[in-house]
Formats: sequence, C-alpha cells, structure tokens
Amino acid sequence: MTRKKNTKTVMDKEGIDRCLTRIAYEILEKNKGTKDLVLVGIRTGGVYLAERLQKKISVIEEGEIPLGILDITLYRDDLSSAKRKPRLGKTKIPFSLDDKIVVLIDDVLFTGRTIRAAMDALIDFGRPKMIQLAVLIDRGHRELPIRADFVGKNLPSSLWQAVSVKLVEKNGADEVVIEEET
Amino acid sequence: MKLNKKDLLGIKDISVEEINFILETADSFLEISTREIKKVPTLRGKTIINLFYEASTRTRTSFEIAAKRLSADTINISASTSSVAKGETLIDTARNLEAMNPDIIVIRHSAAGAPHLLASQVKQSIINAGDGAHEHPTQALLDMMTIKEKKGKINGLKIAIIGDIAHSRVARSNIYGLTKMGAQITVAGPATMLPRDIEQMGIKVYDKMQEAITGADVIMMLRIQLEREKQNIFPSLREYSQRFCLNRGNIALAKKDVIVMHPGPINRGVEISPDIADDLTQSVILDQVNKGVAVRMALLFLLAGGHE
Amino acid sequence: MKLLLKGARVIDPAQKIDSLTDILIQDGRIADLGKDIIKTDKAKSSTDIKLINLTGMIVTPGLIDMHTHLREPGFEYKETIASGCAAAVAGGFTSIACMPNTDPVNDNRSITEFIRRKAAEANMANVYPIGAISIGSKGSQLTEFWDLKDAGIIALSDDGRPVMDAALMRRALEYAHSLGLPVIQHCEDINLSAGGCMNEGYYSTILGLRGIPSIAEEAIIARDILIAEYTHTSVHIAHVSTAGSLRLIREAKKRNLKITAETAPHYFTLTDELLQGYDTNFKVNPPLRNAQDVAAIREGLMDGTIDAIACDHAPHARTDKEVEFEYAQNGISGLDTSLGLSFTLVNEGVLTLEKLVEKMSTNPARILNLPKGTLAPGSDADITVIDPQLKWTVDVKDFQSRGKNSPFNGRQCLGKAVMTIVGGEIKYAGASLKS
Repeated sequence: MTRKKNTKTVMDKEGIDRCLTRIAYEILEKNKGTKDLVLVGIRTGGVYLAERLQKKISVIEEGEIPLGILDITLYRDDLSSAKRKPRLGKTKIPFSLDDKIVVLIDDVLFTGRTIRAAMDALIDFGRPKMIQLAVLIDRGHRELPIRADFVGKNLPSSLWQAVSVKLVEKNGADEVVIEEET
Repeated sequence: MKLNKKDLLGIKDISVEEINFILETADSFLEISTREIKKVPTLRGKTIINLFYEASTRTRTSFEIAAKRLSADTINISASTSSVAKGETLIDTARNLEAMNPDIIVIRHSAAGAPHLLASQVKQSIINAGDGAHEHPTQALLDMMTIKEKKGKINGLKIAIIGDIAHSRVARSNIYGLTKMGAQITVAGPATMLPRDIEQMGIKVYDKMQEAITGADVIMMLRIQLEREKQNIFPSLREYSQRFCLNRGNIALAKKDVIVMHPGPINRGVEISPDIADDLTQSVILDQVNKGVAVRMALLFLLAGGHE
Repeated sequence: MKLLLKGARVIDPAQKIDSLTDILIQDGRIADLGKDIIKTDKAKSSTDIKLINLTGMIVTPGLIDMHTHLREPGFEYKETIASGCAAAVAGGFTSIACMPNTDPVNDNRSITEFIRRKAAEANMANVYPIGAISIGSKGSQLTEFWDLKDAGIIALSDDGRPVMDAALMRRALEYAHSLGLPVIQHCEDINLSAGGCMNEGYYSTILGLRGIPSIAEEAIIARDILIAEYTHTSVHIAHVSTAGSLRLIREAKKRNLKITAETAPHYFTLTDELLQGYDTNFKVNPPLRNAQDVAAIREGLMDGTIDAIACDHAPHARTDKEVEFEYAQNGISGLDTSLGLSFTLVNEGVLTLEKLVEKMSTNPARILNLPKGTLAPGSDADITVIDPQLKWTVDVKDFQSRGKNSPFNGRQCLGKAVMTIVGGEIKYAGASLKS
C-alpha cells in the first residue's frame, strides 16, 4: 500500500538561487575575501550546492576556490543499529585543510548529527583554522549544540514532516518541499 | 542495496549485484588508505577475530589493517598458539569465541568447508579467508576490483588462469566470480593439476599454457606449492617452470595491453619470470595487495552489525 | 504358547509363495502354513494360541542385514551390541552379520565368543560375527580361519579396509573356500583413494575436497574377480557404488563365476551433489556417487547383478561427525531406515516385493550359508511384518541405534516394519500392533 503524501512547495528555483547568491556574498563578507577559503560539500545534496556556491563566488571574486566532497557515512553514530547499510560514496578532498577556513555546505540542517560527523571527518584530514557551516534550509529540532553561520531560509517544521531540497542535478528541478503523510 | 547475508563463505553464493555493490563500496574505501590519518571511527567498539588455522602473512595482515583502519579491535588467533594442539575441536573453539561476543570471525583453514561448519554453529558473521582448495572469496573480490580498475570492465574480457588449478581456492573463487561478471575464462596447467570435470564450471581447459593465454586480456598465475613435487603432481620444478612459467617469450601471445596477476607470494622464476613480475606496465601484483585492504574494509563494514 | 499370524500377504521367494496365508508358530519354529489352518473363532477361544490379525500387512522371512558395524568391543560410545540389535529389530531385521573392525579386531576366538555372548544377553536379533581375514585387519598375516569358524564366525572380511595384497587375497580365498567360509571384500585401492573424502567428479572439484575415483573401487573388483576365477573360488563384493563396478560384476556373473554383490540404500538413493553443504552425515565410504551411478545401481538391483541390500550400518557419535568434513568419520547409521528406503524401490516399481525380499532375506541367507531366509515349516520362526501403507518420517531422535548420523533425517517414507519376530518371540511391535 502506498500512502498518499501531502506535498507543499516552500521555495522555488528563483528562491533557491537568490538564497545561494546571498550566502555567497555573506561568506565573502564574513571572511573578507577568498584567502584560505575552501568549500566542502556534504554528500549528496550539499555537493551540488557547494558547486553552485563555488561558481557564484568565482564570479564575484577572481579565481576558483578549492572544493571538496565529503561522505560522512563512516562517521555516523547510528551505523551499528542500521539494518540497511547506507550506500557509501567517495570522499574527495584533494587539498590540505591545515590552516584553512572550511565552509561546510549541506542542504538541510536538522538534528545536527550529520554536521557533527562531518566535523569529525574534517579533523581527520587536517587542522583547519576555522570551520563554518552554510545550509540552504534550517528546519530546527537540533539534538546537538550546532548552529549554522549562513542560512538560506529558516523553515519551522514538525517532526513528522519531511523537508527535502530537490535540485536539478539529481531530481531534475529546483525546489524545496515539505511532505507529510496523510 | 545491502549485502543480505550473515556470512561471506564463497563467491559461488553471491550475486552479480552483490559483487558490484561490494566493489563499489570498496572503491570508496580506497581513499582512506591514502590519508595521513588512515582511520575512520566506523567500527569503533566492534571486535573482529582473525582465526587462522593455516599460516598466512599477507591475508591476515590485510584483514588486520582493514579492521584497524575502521577502528575495530582485532584479535589474531593462529593455529600454533590456539587450542588446536590440545585437541579442541573447531566447534568448541567457536563456541568459546562466541561467548566473548565478537562481531565478526575471519577464518582461514586448511579443510574445505570449515567456515561453513563455523557459520552453522555461531551467530557471528563469518568471513572465509580461504578454506582448503575450496574458496578464497576476498582474494577473488580484490582481483575483480583490480581488473575492473585496469580494464574498466570485466564483461567480455578473456582471462587465463595458469598453474595448479586442482589445489587452488583462488582459481575456484575467481572462476565463479569472473564468469558471473561475464568474462571468458581459460585455464591451463599440467593434467595432474586440472581437477576432474573442471570444464563444467563453464571454462575452457588446456594443457598447454600457450593456448590458454593467446589473446588474453588478463593472465593470472597461481602459486605452485613446492611440496607438490613430492606428491608426484609434477616431476620437477625445473620441468614445470620450463612449460608453465610466464616469460617474455610466451606473454607475446596475449593482448598487447595484457595485465599479469598473482595472488602471491611469488616463486620468482617458477611461475613468473622476474622481469615480468617487476614490470609495472604489466604486473599489477602490488595493486592487488592495495585493493585487498579496501575490499576487506568494505566487507567488514557491510557485515558488521545490523543485518536482517 | 502358539502364535497365529492371520490374514497377511505372505511372501517367501524360497518357497515361491506369494499369497494370503496364515502362519502358525510353535516352539520357536514355523509349525504350519496355509489358508485358515485354524479358524479365527477357534483360535480366539483357545487359551494357548495368541492370534495376531495382520490383514493388509505383508509377512516375509525375517530380514537379514549382512553388513553392519556393532562397534563393540572398543567403540561402545558409538554403539553397543545391545543397542545395535535393538535398532535391527526396530528396522525389521531378525538377523545381522557384524563386521570385525572393532577394537580389538575380531581376529580371534575370544572376540568372536565375546560378541556372541553379548548378543545372547541382548536377546533381540540373531548376530552372526564376521571374522577378520588378516590379523588386526592389517593385511599381512592370515587369521586362524578354522578356529574362528569353530567359534562361530560365518564369513571373513577386513571390511573398513581392503585386502590390498593380491597374493594375500588369493591365499585367503583358497583357504576360506576349503572351509566353506564366504569372503567379503571391501573394494578400494587405497593408493587411488588416498586422502579422498568424497566421490571424484564435478562436485569434489567445486567443493575443493579430495576425490575418491570410481576406479579405486573398480580396480579391486576386477582384480578379485580374476583371482576368484583363477582359484575357482567365490567372493562377495561389499557396498557396490559405481556403474563400472556393476559392469564388471554383471560380466563375471554372465560367465558363471561365483561372484555375489551387495549395495546399500544410500547408493541407490543419494548422489554426491548433496555434499554441497559439507554435511558430514553424507560422508560415507565408498562415497556417494553421481546420478549415472545411482541409475546403474538401480538397474543392477533390477537385473539381479546385485544380490543383496545391506545397509553398512555405521553408527557414530556426534563428536565423530561434528568436525571439518575431511576429518569426519565415514558412515551412516542405517538399520533404522534401511527397510523404509528399500521399500521405496517397490513403490517406484524398481523391484517387485518378491525381489525385495530376496535381496533382504533369501539371498543374504544363501550367500552366508545361514539356515534362514525362509518360512518353510520346520525353519526358525524369524519373521518380519511390514505395513506397506504406513507413512512415516525419518527422525533420528527415534532411532534405536546410538548412532544418529543419518542423511535421511526428515525424509518421508512409505512402508515400515511393524513387527519383528525372532525365534517365535515378538522382539519388536510398532504402535499399531503393540496390544
């Protein structure tokens, strides 16, 4: 039996683009340019957002800043209880993180557990000067003391709702939707 | 996708989808071994027992490194230090180990089927690290991973396996795996080293090495156990190496871009001439070792904790 | 007390009887045989006649298993003579012959006498000891055939091992022949079979287990046929398992050589394909062969090349079997299941009932020169009652044998012994005939 889902679009293509543009400027403003700046997208949604941010930043300031991809699966805290192993993606951070300002990028900030795992992973790659966090959506319900430095949109949600960021690169269209089973 | 199994006992029992899943997972693990800090916390608190009833340096080391890079605790038990000498049966040993709640038991045993016996008796996941002349599934997986990386695919390749097929678990696991993945397998060895009805595994069998390696994309040389000479499996090492050693002369029969594999350790000049073994344009023997750690990390990750 | 078996279909190939016939038993012997020898109401009113209504049952001369291992003396943890005999009667056997590979080996009078005494104490089935051909069954020096015969052995064999030395085999056949003692050969060239633990073929190849080639069996059969022919003696071939063996024996019989042969239920029921889970209950010597061999064995049973079915009852303790496949002991605990599995041959039309009785009673008696295997008046009242319609499931927990090592656990059978009478005494009665 497939349950019916109630779907509500809370952000469209233009909305996402405007958010990312603003975040790009905020990152540059906060860090006074691109010196020592690197971006690391968290698989999978964060990777596409990181690529878009990298492009936007390169338009605003001269030159391309380094972009890494991080799969946090191996750092998750729920692996031993997971019946189904998540598919493991590749991690690609082909540059040193020592003394860099790392901007972690993810699509939705929720419990904070993914970001905890990501920070642990980053530390295994070196000693960044600073780690900052950029997310498109902050839906609340934190379970760890974690806060984003750059937020596209604060989206108060209920626990039974699912917030998903759909992107052209993987879903064929850009939109943010709230889904709930009816 | 998941590896819906408690144990990995042989390649015969796993599907093409499962092989691909393991290889893809292993591919993601390759990167960890290149980090400065070669460790992830994934299997923190898990205990992995390497139960080795047969001497093995590289396989045991590879499993141990794999486990340690995943932060698991490993215990090595080898036949010489275990209760075997005191006459304890495998099942007794297993039950004792089980009582200490390990998560995975990796077993190497000279008796074919020993991992199956163990798997039927304990609740832990069992990984077969080689049982007699039966299977050596992790070796076949790392071989497949190496071939896939070097050749971009396995389907449609011509792969020759040369040497003592009868006593080789590496040969059996690779025949199962590579034929499943769509390769065409030829084997060659002295008639005394070709087990009965082996052609029924869906492969071509030759008693001349030249016929088997002609046009091959991959040549896999098997290790000759030197003590077979005494069992009259072949008259002498000298005669064997004259007819079944891969050298500059016969390798010309294979495809130009042929790769040469060997499960190790090599008897230089017996199975492979030293210049070929050391020629890194053809020999991928060290790549195999490198892939071995990633494949074993993938399996430990996929089997540790949480299967339905 | 007389015993009147009424209403059963009696099959006695020795007398060429297959009819609804009553049997009267008195003083441990068959007293009379015929339709309505005593009227039912008269039997019921008589105080010295026990009437057993066997309508729908089959009555045969007591079944004889000519190849069992009772393990005592020496391996009582696997089986005792008493537990083996209990398994025999529960399986429908009134007589069993036991192989000499005990510890010590039955190669002298004292062991033979010990076995007979233990069997008498057990007081269940008749036990016929088989003496060793060579001292310790080591294959070098003949035992005292004459003295062993006086002590009560009925045949000679080094079973468990072959007589590898052809000259010794020749002397054994010649010497035994002069005494009228049958010689039973375990046919296995131990150089060809060395290290093997299953049939050599596709399955041994994929399982990575050392194979035992069919020629290991056939080479010794061919050799012993030649020796028997040359010395004008006879030889009985134990546990035939291959198509090639059948060919050799068939050809020898065609030339009127005195060769007899037996096979065991597992050789016409199971193939080497079943070893794929490394279940040691399937490990037996000779090993389970391939499907062509099984078909050939069935054909040999049908055309008379195989004279007898004997289960090679080889009970083992769990510790002998719950080990790595190559370290496990060979053998199947067979007495509890032999008839049920053999009766399948009747259900499948491979054998007529008459032929089955020949192979499980008449012929074993003839080969071993036993005064058994018939229901002729005056003979010992050894009788097996079979319910041909009884459906049952093999459950090793129900085995009377101490050996629970059976690959048949869980198998469905149709046809089972429901009463076993030895020397006029009911030694076993199934649930339906208990009262």
